[in-house]
Amino acid sequence: MRAMVYRGPYRIRVEDKDLPRIEHPNDAIVRVTLAAICGSDLHLYHGLMPDTRVGTTFGHEFIGVVESVGSSVRSLKPGDRVMVPFNISCGSCFYCARGMLANCHNVNPNATAVGGIYGYSHTTGGYDGGQAEYVRVPFADVGPTLVPDWMHDEDAVLLTDATATGYFGAQLGDVREGDVVVVFGAGPVGLVAARSAWLLGAGRVIVVDHLDYRLEKAREFAQAETVNFAEHDDVVVHLKRITDHLGADVAIDCVGAEADGSFLQHVAGAKLKLQGGSPIALNWAIDAVRKGATISVMGAYGPVPNAVKFGDAMNKGLTLRMNQCPVKRQWPRLFEHVRNGHLRPRDLVTHRIPLEDVAEGYHLFSSKLDGCIKPLIVPTAA
Amino acid sequence: MAYWPQKPPLPETPEQLRARIPGWGVDLDPRDRPAVPQEVFDPEGYGAHWEFPERQPERYGPRERSIEHAFLTPVFGTSAPLHGVSGRIRRFAYDRFSEGRNEHWLLLIAADRVDTFENLLAAAVRGRPDDPVTETGVRAELTHHGVRSRRGRVDVRHQWLDPLVVAGPWAAAGAGIAAGAVAVLRRATRTR
Repeated sequence: MRAMVYRGPYRIRVEDKDLPRIEHPNDAIVRVTLAAICGSDLHLYHGLMPDTRVGTTFGHEFIGVVESVGSSVRSLKPGDRVMVPFNISCGSCFYCARGMLANCHNVNPNATAVGGIYGYSHTTGGYDGGQAEYVRVPFADVGPTLVPDWMHDEDAVLLTDATATGYFGAQLGDVREGDVVVVFGAGPVGLVAARSAWLLGAGRVIVVDHLDYRLEKAREFAQAETVNFAEHDDVVVHLKRITDHLGADVAIDCVGAEADGSFLQHVAGAKLKLQGGSPIALNWAIDAVRKGATISVMGAYGPVPNAVKFGDAMNKGLTLRMNQCPVKRQWPRLFEHVRNGHLRPRDLVTHRIPLEDVAEGYHLFSSKLDGCIKPLIVPTAA
Repeated sequence: MAYWPQKPPLPETPEQLRARIPGWGVDLDPRDRPAVPQEVFDPEGYGAHWEFPERQPERYGPRERSIEHAFLTPVFGTSAPLHGVSGRIRRFAYDRFSEGRNEHWLLLIAADRVDTFENLLAAAVRGRPDDPVTETGVRAELTHHGVRSRRGRVDVRHQWLDPLVVAGPWAAAGAGIAAGAVAVLRRATRTR
């Protein structure tokens, strides 16, 4: 089969790989019909995530058709159209039995701090991902769900991570009626978080980024106020000014390890890997919210320590909430929101790229060329 | 302002927000939100029909694992099994250091760079050498408005570092090999 393959930092190519096989009785093999590149894939692409091996296929956002199933699979059969959450979950460990499906303890031998994720380095279990023609899907009775007949394929693929994570970010922010919500990052997750904050009853939603085309999307897709941090000498002071010097009630970090805004921090964290990413957005969030506020962290960071301003967070009595999104627990509500038009994830899609051109896809997404917000990957056999 | 007891008024009332934003407040009740509460004990409720999953066979040799795990997890990924020098470094990182130790992660990052170098050589030997032009996707600069897209952006200040980040380790490795070769030649010449 044809598959995207990592060759080293900033280098990928498409190669012929062996078809994935059933390794476990509850596996399914899925023929991928649509995949996406996630902003967090760029951390792998840039060589930021430890134990990212040459030969690995990325991709944790994908939908497809079941090709074959293992002997113990009960809920799926060949030919079923499925959407697959980015989390791999056994459904029965201490965490899964309590619904913490993003924190499964039975699927990642390489680390206990993080669960299993498709195509996201050996630090999350060493599974190949869905930017390929076929993919192995473990625990087929736990993760995948049939794509509803009414659902658009592009909505379905975006529900496997970006949309669920964005909504989850707003939810972890514990948004209450009338809250002022600041979202850092106008990528797909930030845009959905901003839109979702309204569904939870926010009174104001402010999106911060430095890319004008993404801020324009925030005004259009999320109906949010916007702040271009590059236009302000000190964005924290600006955010204080526009929130009556009180600060926001909720901040949502949808940026993570490769934040811009401080040359030194970006180079130290994202380029030289001297810390687990550059926590600029997180530190801005800590400084820009009011005392007693909640900060929700959806941005991904590496496993080595980060220079985060915990002193300020402590002194301000902040609540910091974070986790990988348990996608499947979000789906029933999100399906409703997509069906009744409260969320339209496919409006975020800007590029549809054939699998064979995936290297160009990564480059244009990584370099933010051509107004790129969300690129999809269309496999050859789709 | 924060200096007085009342919260500053919002620019729009809930009625105005409801009229302007489709779906405003549909998930207002914090108790009626997905995945709330975080932990709901329901061992049969999430699709599993086992108490402990059947074990996946280790078909690709002994699988490395974090020493914080009590045993190999019943299911694991099979992509890119350990091999070569990078595999030895990774095995050592997993066997010797827990996830709580920086040595664990720094060794894994070092192994990643060794892995890249090993595979560069292996690909050349196999007759499918790496091609930095096609593999970096840099062609997109021409087809997707590379110059126009960057106009006025703050991240341009550090994007020039990207080629150095990619090429730096190769240049350092090349310089090291060259220095080693020169030293060996000098020694051989002196011996004669």
